[in-house]
Amino acid sequence: MADTDEPEKKRRRVVELTEKMVVDGGSRDGGEWDGRWNHINTFLERPGPFTHPDFEPSTESLQFLLDTCKILVIGAGGLGCELLKDLALSGFRHIHVVDMDTIDVSNLNRQFLFRLKDVGRPKADIAADFINGRIPGCNVVPHFKKIQDFDESFYRQFHIIVCGLDSIIARRWMNGMLLSLLVYEDGVLDPSSIIPLIDGGTEGFKGNARVIFPGMTACIDCTLELYPPQINFPMCTIASMPRLPEHCVEYVRMLLWPKEKPFGDGVGLDADDPEHIQWVYQKSQERAAEFSITGVTYRLTQGVVKRIIPAVASTNAVIAAACATEVFKIASSAYIPLNNYMVFNDVDGLYTYTFEAERKENCSSCSQVPQDLHFSPSAKLQEVVDYLTENASLQMKSPAITATLEGKNKTLYLQTVASIEQRTRPNLSKSLKELGLLDGQELAVADVTTPQTLLFKLSFTS
Amino acid sequence: MAFTKASKDQKYDRQLRLWGDHGQEELENAHVCLINSTASGTEILKNLVLPGIGAFTIVDGHKVSGEDVGNNFFLSNNSIGRCYKTSRALIVAQSCFPEKLLDNDPEFFHRFTLVIGVQLPESTCLRLGSVLWNANIPFLVCRTYGLVGYMRLVVKEHTVIESHPDNALEDLRLDQPFAELKNHIQSYDLEGMGKKDHSHTPWIIIVAKYLEKWFSEHNFQFPKNYKEKEAFKQLIRQGILKSEKGTPEDEENFEEAIKNVNTALNPTKISSGVDDIFNGEQCNDITSQTPTFWVMTRAVREFVHNDGGGNLPVRGSIPDMIADSEKFITLQNIYREKAMQDASVVSKHVESLLQSVGKPSESISEQDIKLFCKNAAFLRVVRCRSLAEEYSVETVNKDAITSCMDSADGEMVLYLMLRSVDRFYQQHSRYPGVYNYQVEEDISKLKLCVNSLLQEYSLNVNVKDDYIHEFCRYGASEPHTVASFLGGSAAQEAIKIITRQFVPFNNTFIYNAMSQTTATFQL
Repeated sequence: MADTDEPEKKRRRVVELTEKMVVDGGSRDGGEWDGRWNHINTFLERPGPFTHPDFEPSTESLQFLLDTCKILVIGAGGLGCELLKDLALSGFRHIHVVDMDTIDVSNLNRQFLFRLKDVGRPKADIAADFINGRIPGCNVVPHFKKIQDFDESFYRQFHIIVCGLDSIIARRWMNGMLLSLLVYEDGVLDPSSIIPLIDGGTEGFKGNARVIFPGMTACIDCTLELYPPQINFPMCTIASMPRLPEHCVEYVRMLLWPKEKPFGDGVGLDADDPEHIQWVYQKSQERAAEFSITGVTYRLTQGVVKRIIPAVASTNAVIAAACATEVFKIASSAYIPLNNYMVFNDVDGLYTYTFEAERKENCSSCSQVPQDLHFSPSAKLQEVVDYLTENASLQMKSPAITATLEGKNKTLYLQTVASIEQRTRPNLSKSLKELGLLDGQELAVADVTTPQTLLFKLSFTS
Repeated sequence: MAFTKASKDQKYDRQLRLWGDHGQEELENAHVCLINSTASGTEILKNLVLPGIGAFTIVDGHKVSGEDVGNNFFLSNNSIGRCYKTSRALIVAQSCFPEKLLDNDPEFFHRFTLVIGVQLPESTCLRLGSVLWNANIPFLVCRTYGLVGYMRLVVKEHTVIESHPDNALEDLRLDQPFAELKNHIQSYDLEGMGKKDHSHTPWIIIVAKYLEKWFSEHNFQFPKNYKEKEAFKQLIRQGILKSEKGTPEDEENFEEAIKNVNTALNPTKISSGVDDIFNGEQCNDITSQTPTFWVMTRAVREFVHNDGGGNLPVRGSIPDMIADSEKFITLQNIYREKAMQDASVVSKHVESLLQSVGKPSESISEQDIKLFCKNAAFLRVVRCRSLAEEYSVETVNKDAITSCMDSADGEMVLYLMLRSVDRFYQQHSRYPGVYNYQVEEDISKLKLCVNSLLQEYSLNVNVKDDYIHEFCRYGASEPHTVASFLGGSAAQEAIKIITRQFVPFNNTFIYNAMSQTTATFQL
């Protein structure tokens, strides 16, 4: 067969490395074409033995997905790019995406909606452009913003929200936001106020996907212990007893930089500035040499300073796909959704574990049970702050505490505004009794981990 | 390619931290063949292009249809009716059906590092499997069928030095301290040292010292059971310095020692997995054709029997622990130097093995030997059965199938259904339920296929009617999200094969998107 005689010469079409990842760009007329949604219609138009009890096969379900269903994707990075693609190819057309980041070169090994020329541009914008250009009829609306820049009126408009975040704080915030949207009538939850939250996370070859029905199933804070707090190296190790190359880098980052101010007064270490990293690298090598520690490399230095988590395309593809499948199931009622947590790890073969995470009875976020704080009246306010940050189920970052004293709302301690921090700092060493707090008193605590203030009840121990 | 080393380092930084520069090099030198660029195929492709696979050849004779564009990110509606082609890195498009290549030029496939076959009909799959098995080329079969994903890895023997286990036990040798370690432990006098030194002595030394004490009081027996280990921990706890008032000081290093007693007392021994590898055939018969992996394995085996006293070369790493810099670094260097010594003894064995088969000693580098020794406890060998063995009535893995079918709603029934729809395709030249009007009538036809399959293989299991109905309902659809899940899974397995790092699955993987569960079977 002539074809295979000289396959290299006759059939070979070697194409140079280009910026396009697809066949002929072609014009996008936004129109439909025959068979476009065949792969999806199978699941919308046909009855089956495993469908959700509420499922009704219909030719209109597709229209709902195409025309009405509104999905919010949080994050346009490793998971976000995959999610946008998956949703767009599953019939969703009204998609919003929020991401506060710009594109970095190191994203390009997995965030496939971005090219070298896009470096520095907002992820949300480029991702939306790419998808809208590739999938006719799809309308992705980008938001180059933080999730905290939006309020309930924004989030309320979506049918389903799916997160591809790289921060536990952000997850908890979203979790808190959706919980705040719940409407209770006479203590009964109004199901129409529930916005399902699909949450995906990845790290190297590990990942997880979970489905949360706020107010009904386990929320992010119900299972906070699954995310153990990040362990930082003890200060004495960094300051005087380094043993690992990482200790040397932390020494330079935390102690030497503020002392030597290598790039000028008030110039903080910018982890994305190669010159800054180079300086840290050199100084780390010097520190290491002093203690006969080997192993400081540029790559290690960068990893420590930026707290880099390794990442590959494959894990993100898997987790995003699982999340998108859940979005589809929920939007179409085609199948019973994941109940409710799947863990994935492909270091050795491929391993998954699927289980039902349970609601915590006294969850600080979703249980509606006011949290008790047990302290002696002579305990210092500092102890309360420590408890809020160190307790495994609370893990607050910088809690701000206010209480109603003598009919007035008084800030007991607030860390995030320098002037108020200074003013309220003396309160930390005062006892709860000295501050005028009474047994059974409500304390309102605000923190970056939640959009809503949490109420705690102070319960004095003798 | 336009990328410089520096820019590649930047772009690939996040993955270089997983498989290193040497792993990346393997990826860039690989040439992968993808058969069929359906949604599943192109997703796999994307997940291999992104991390930098060097070259691809796509073999696909199909013309693009409307529904292909609907679920495939890499096709536009302008390509309907044309033959598929893409542009990215070095991609060669071979517009023909694989069957034609199998007919006329099966050696076409010999040039590839790995062949990935997507949505292949059974007959093509088996033919290709046979060609690749004989040519020793790894073959990864993938398919998306409705809400089911399937992968089958076919590789005769895949050796892994860097398996990167998640939870590796340390190699501390506290039960059999080597001479240099023993001497070093002797140099410590816990009772005589000052407070600062006492609180900054590494826990390894502490456990070692208290073990000596325990031996002298317990007839040279290790703490064996829970009770004894608790007593041992107490012994250590008593060693914590006390203040003038008699209250124990805050000695974190002692707390670390107590916490680590259980793992520290693990006897040094070679795992059964590694033992099996040592007893492998290839290890016994070293020839000039023997792959590097087996030459080094044999060398380490020689070491174990002749120089290591039954133990592997010392790994050389210790975990971080509370200690002052000097004590820690000195202790670390004791282990590191011993590891280097052991590795050079292994090196001599490698040299003499190579000499004995007339190969230069440079054919295996010092670096490779060192890496091998460091990973000696984690070696893995994956051997998959061939497709022929899986499909033959004589060698079908009846036991696995029957016992897994005890859970009638597990993933094994999905495997049997996939085999059944293949049978259906063979008989009717189409898959069941593709068109709406076919769904109902195909159920009974598919059921006949299921029954004939079970009969042919004498499988005394029951396949619920619900699954037969469901598989007709699927109509051989390839929904994008399921294809994408498979795309990620398959790409990573391909990367494992190419980089020889991390451990591939063996040998059948099933993904159930309805329940978000998976299972791996060895069929």
